[in-house]
Amino acid sequence: MVLSAADKTNVKAVFAKIGGQADEYGADALERMFTTYAPTKTYFPHFDLGKGSAQVKAHGKKVAGALVEAVNHIDDLAGALSKLSDLHAQKLRVDPVNFKLLGQCFLVTVATRNPGLLTPEVHASLDKFLCAVGTVLTAKYR
Amino acid sequence: MVHWSAEEKQLISSVWAKVSVEECGAEALARLLIVYPWTQRFFSDFGNLSSPTAIIGNPKVRAHGKKVLTSFGEAIKNLDNLKGTYSQLSELHCDKLHVDPENFRLLGDILVIVLATHFTKDFTPACQATWQKLVGLVAHALARKYH
Repeated sequence: MVLSAADKTNVKAVFAKIGGQADEYGADALERMFTTYAPTKTYFPHFDLGKGSAQVKAHGKKVAGALVEAVNHIDDLAGALSKLSDLHAQKLRVDPVNFKLLGQCFLVTVATRNPGLLTPEVHASLDKFLCAVGTVLTAKYR
Repeated sequence: MVHWSAEEKQLISSVWAKVSVEECGAEALARLLIVYPWTQRFFSDFGNLSSPTAIIGNPKVRAHGKKVLTSFGEAIKNLDNLKGTYSQLSELHCDKLHVDPENFRLLGDILVIVLATHFTKDFTPACQATWQKLVGLVAHALARKYH
């Protein structure tokens, strides 16, 4: 799956609009993921996953930061996410199915906070981008 | 046997009461065809699906979207018997329509996003969780009679 020029434009526009709230979006997406897909919590036994958790907020910031970095290097996702890709393959080993779940939750976060931004075309581009990120992060698994 | 808490039932009915089946159905189906274009394979007789604009404006897409979401309404009236509610539709989708059940999951996810854009901050994590559970169970019920 290849990101077209239009996809890249759409994704950059989304993140430009989100701007400094990216950290909040990250935390919100994680909270939604843990609430909606209970098995995802198995990767965080060491976290307090209760509402307003500082650990979830911090982790949301990390996830958002990685997405922003990816957007800033959207022409070379594999390069931009190479270290994270190594980390997920060697240490974290999050089952690939979970990236789709987080992707869905991130889309819902954008939808609830910025519904006008998520036109069908932008929705398609953002979904493709999140899939591409998941693919890169799991690319070195085996 | 699926268990629905009182809270879940309330989250479903309160959202559904405010949903325009026609609008939401049309939007959900259009988004499915736009975001996952391979799903257009089932609708070769729908006419112009050549662009997002064409899809959104396509009267057959709108009509079919309304049909699909109307059927969803039946599920909501029969939360304790989704299997029974969808038994015949399941057979139809397998034997006549030949639809891969994965498509039900895709449409379910899209519906959740459409609801999220309409309900914004009222679409809380708990609300999303309930609706993802519902769409997952509907997809499961629709796939149940496949052979």
